[in-house]
Amino acid sequence: MSDKKYLRNDKLPHIWCPGCGNGIVLSALERALEQANVDKDKTVIVSGIGCSSRMPTYMDFNTLHTTHGRALAFATGVKLANPELTVFVIMGDGDATAIGGNHLIHACRRNIGLNAIVVNNNIYGMTGGQYSPLTPTGMKATTAPYGMVERNFDLCELAHAAGATYVARGTVFHAKPLTDLILESMDNDGFSMVEVLSTCPIGFGRRNKIRGNYELMEWVKNRAVNVKAAAKMSEEDLRGKLLIGRLYSEPAEEYTKCYDKIIEIAGKEAKR
Amino acid sequence: MPAKYQKEIDTRLCKGCGICVDLCPKEVYDRDALGKPIIARDENCVYCKQCMLHCPDFAIEFIPLKEGEA
Repeated sequence: MSDKKYLRNDKLPHIWCPGCGNGIVLSALERALEQANVDKDKTVIVSGIGCSSRMPTYMDFNTLHTTHGRALAFATGVKLANPELTVFVIMGDGDATAIGGNHLIHACRRNIGLNAIVVNNNIYGMTGGQYSPLTPTGMKATTAPYGMVERNFDLCELAHAAGATYVARGTVFHAKPLTDLILESMDNDGFSMVEVLSTCPIGFGRRNKIRGNYELMEWVKNRAVNVKAAAKMSEEDLRGKLLIGRLYSEPAEEYTKCYDKIIEIAGKEAKR
Repeated sequence: MPAKYQKEIDTRLCKGCGICVDLCPKEVYDRDALGKPIIARDENCVYCKQCMLHCPDFAIEFIPLKEGEA
């Protein structure tokens, strides 16, 4: 029996399919929290709907499982009500970029102190494998049986353009660096986003003739290039690749601190 | 390599995805009839812990051995 400090060990085994990347992300996150030695009562984990959003079910914190795409909206409320809390928001790619796309860009713009983790498995896994805005062009999904026609987002560029102050990307193949990235994102005062390239062997891998759980992990690995290695590579070699590692870190004033100042000013006005 | 850890596989948690078997650089594991790992060549293990880090099901644990135990 597993005896992880920050997990609800009695809830295991989890519901995810064999070989699902969510389990690897959860264990990386658990290790990061263990290394940071966070206080269980001062940490909140918020999630939306989807396979990855089942994660808080297995985590022994104050957890909030909310409506589809609205995890960031709920988390904003939690953070504003009590700015002392460390708030993690776990979303899937459909949750964060399609249904909650607007919430994501505005949370980035406000630079509110949330730690968002976007588990990108390229597909809507729970509802049966429909394509999401992060399904690579040409790959198959239930709603794209001849291949995805649309172009997809570069989520990290999107978050950076919208104003997030810490943006990083990891993969489930690089489990140890992923833990380090999550740890690093916790140090950022404002909005930090870590995109994790994950795997869905049933909804995505099988449909795209990538058989085997390990083969799918290798496919993810081959799509990724470390940002330091990429600096020495030509543009042609980098075509179709995604950069991993810490991409942007530009600290700026955090939203709840700005808000506290407004409360102070408004209080003085009222006393007058 | 002298044993530093004892590996434990929780077959109740393991779903037999086979990631640990394929990932292991030293081919320590074999599969059983259900595809779950069996520690077949423990003496080859270099304790890189890649199997533990990549296990989606929290089924593999490395328990440190005290000095003298092996």
